[in-house]
Amino acid sequence: MSLTPSPGAPPPTGPPASWKRRQFKIGSLRDYAITIALIALVVFLAVRADNFLTVSNLKNVLEQSAGLGIVAAAGTLVIIAGGFDLSVGAIFAISGVAAAEVAVHGDPTVAVLVGILTGAAFGVGNGLLVTVARINPFIATLGSAFLIGGLAVRITHGDLITVDFASPFTHLGSNGTLGVKYSVWIWFLFAVAMGILLSRTVFGRYVFASGGNREAARLSGVPVGLVRTATYTLSGLAAGIAGVLSASRIGTGQADANSGVNLELQAVAAIIVGGTSIWGGEGAVWRTVVGVLLLGVIGNGFTLLSIDPVYQNIVYGGIILVAAGVDARLRRGAS
Amino acid sequence: MDGAPLIELRRVRKQFGGTLALNDVSLSISRGTVHGLVGENGAGKSTLGKIIAGVHPPDAGEMLVDGRRVSYGSPREALADGLTIIAQELALVPRRSVAENIFLGAESSRAGFVDGRAILRRYHELDTFGFGLDPEATVGSLRVADQQKVEILRAVGRETRLIVMDEPTASLGRDDARKLFGIMRQLSAQGTTMIFVSHSLGDVLELCDEITVLKDGKLVRTSPASEETPEKLVLGMVGRSLELTFPERQPPPPDAPLVLSLDGVSVPGLVHDASLTIRRGEIVGLAGLIGSGRSELAGAIFGSLPRSAGTIELDGRPIDIRSPRQAVRAGVAMLPESRKDLGLVMGRPIYENVTLPHLKRVSSGGVVRSRAERRSLRQIFDEVGVPSPRIGEPVRVLSGGNQQKVLFSKWLFGEPRLLIADEPTRGVDVGAKRAIYDLLVRLAASGLAILLISSELEEVVGLAHRIFVMRDGRLVNEVDAAAATSEGLLRAAFGTLEAMAAGGSP
Repeated sequence: MSLTPSPGAPPPTGPPASWKRRQFKIGSLRDYAITIALIALVVFLAVRADNFLTVSNLKNVLEQSAGLGIVAAAGTLVIIAGGFDLSVGAIFAISGVAAAEVAVHGDPTVAVLVGILTGAAFGVGNGLLVTVARINPFIATLGSAFLIGGLAVRITHGDLITVDFASPFTHLGSNGTLGVKYSVWIWFLFAVAMGILLSRTVFGRYVFASGGNREAARLSGVPVGLVRTATYTLSGLAAGIAGVLSASRIGTGQADANSGVNLELQAVAAIIVGGTSIWGGEGAVWRTVVGVLLLGVIGNGFTLLSIDPVYQNIVYGGIILVAAGVDARLRRGAS
Repeated sequence: MDGAPLIELRRVRKQFGGTLALNDVSLSISRGTVHGLVGENGAGKSTLGKIIAGVHPPDAGEMLVDGRRVSYGSPREALADGLTIIAQELALVPRRSVAENIFLGAESSRAGFVDGRAILRRYHELDTFGFGLDPEATVGSLRVADQQKVEILRAVGRETRLIVMDEPTASLGRDDARKLFGIMRQLSAQGTTMIFVSHSLGDVLELCDEITVLKDGKLVRTSPASEETPEKLVLGMVGRSLELTFPERQPPPPDAPLVLSLDGVSVPGLVHDASLTIRRGEIVGLAGLIGSGRSELAGAIFGSLPRSAGTIELDGRPIDIRSPRQAVRAGVAMLPESRKDLGLVMGRPIYENVTLPHLKRVSSGGVVRSRAERRSLRQIFDEVGVPSPRIGEPVRVLSGGNQQKVLFSKWLFGEPRLLIADEPTRGVDVGAKRAIYDLLVRLAASGLAILLISSELEEVVGLAHRIFVMRDGRLVNEVDAAAATSEGLLRAAFGTLEAMAAGGSP
């Protein structure tokens, strides 16, 4: 797959080519800053921390980032379409609970499907709250986050739902193939799928148009409500997948799986750090993948260099503000 | 009325993007007078009012108040000199009470707590007009006319010396307008100076002491109202034609079939009982003031506004278009009036904008065939004149003229039968204007039916085969283009002749 940046040339096929093309087209600070930052950080850690560039450590970084990566990949579409999803943490928890509940009594495959579909169903609900009930996305998904979190506690009665480690249900989260865990493969495949969906399909064009100028999209015949609902559905589906993977790995479903994790905030952080605009209409899935990796490598670096983890959030906060500042600056320059 | 002017403007200039809104306007306004501002849409009336009230700073020139040079950075600074504006869009806090709105920012307080009783007392002292508003009613629950009274009281309560009233009667019924004029006379008698911006020439002549006519951002003249007539004002507003030429237009063949026929189309509160037809190859012009319902009629045809009554036939078959999506499928295209807000996704590449309504044509199984997409665009870009090496650039980097060409390409790519072009040359330079005129005439010659909406009357007269004039949501007049003049259209749009006949009240 050759990467031709020249603007007039017909584009080669395949998603990475189109990403690359877009990169050269906008050709600004934002396009390279995030990638350069990640490379610089990797080089720094390779020099400073002996055990950073080891296969097991790098695999560790990927495994720990997989759940966030899946959620943030779909979240990118929500934000580009002009939305916001604060409920992914709660959906993550309830999907794990639902899957564990079924796995305790029944078939592991059914358990996995039930978990994922639970997530997708709540995603549809979010979409309808935003598009049909016309509730502001922040408020709609804040409300549904409380509601879903409460439901999860109701189902578990506050206890852990423990799945027997002999059950094949736990294989999905613990095992792998070609030396890499399934969760990482699933992240990879899901991110590629979202990337293609966004950059190569009619749906992806509709996503950009709905977030870039909703009224112009509507007057162009784009079914804006349907498109936005679909992005929330994908976001719920992704949270469902991540929740099932997590429940499968630890062999338990728990209603407070998201407490202390704040998956929804981490996902937004990764998306923004990657360079997708919080105002919608602009962005890419590959950026979010890089954003997730950057946050993951920073966390890993803190561990390897034995720096007090207290500073980790301070660093995250600083990076988010820098990314948002760059975005605001570029927007001002554009208008 | 003493000699020294309250306000004096000297060679004031204001530019918004590529358009010169005010060009070297000099004007003086005497104390205690009512000064009228008239002109076509976009002549610069509102801009002038906003500069006086400190909403916009002028780019060049100076403004004197009481002979003292001022430069206001905000409406607050103008207010300190006693100058304020009651804009078309009222600036009230809807959820708060009448009294709270009136004294917003100037509350009576005792030790930091708002003193409600003192505020009520002040309200009753203030209401010398006998408006009889309930000071504790929430403003959002009031009628527009009453909300306007709240704004007037607020202005009076701040010992305003000059009030700019920007189209205060636009959303009022005739009775309320009469009452407002009574209030304005009363204010004037108390010594308040007023600037009255209005489309209603009868009202302006009746109320004002002096009238200033603006055209294309330039001052035409200022004269005492006693020396003006509606006819003279209209002539001044139209003035001489711009240095613009129009392409030769071919009349549609006499046997050309009907493409669009509207019968009794209504949109609640916006369009009433509109009927018109457009044939193949015909350009039908739609003239009228902003707010007369032109864009709303377009929206009703395109399915972006709900129709409450009437039927639409396309190519002789009745069709029930309920969404833009259905309109696009039926071969109707609409170039909206604001390309930035309604037309284009400014941050996305040119090619994505062009194919957005027609992705079915360049995709299979939901996947866009990029190569085919770009190839198929070449022809349309050649035809419209979009610089094709730039099709990967975001639309926002293009000039206004090129953006408008992208918008044309977007709708022509779908090979429509009917094109609704709402203000197709707004905010583009003269060269691009001519290119767009040529394109419209060429499209009509090749059989497209076009509904041309424009505030530039020369444009409608120069391009259309037949012209309808719209006023207050109704199609009031059909004119053959050969017999049409800008003055005639403007008179019909303002309704001056009928208004005169009816003694100033339609």
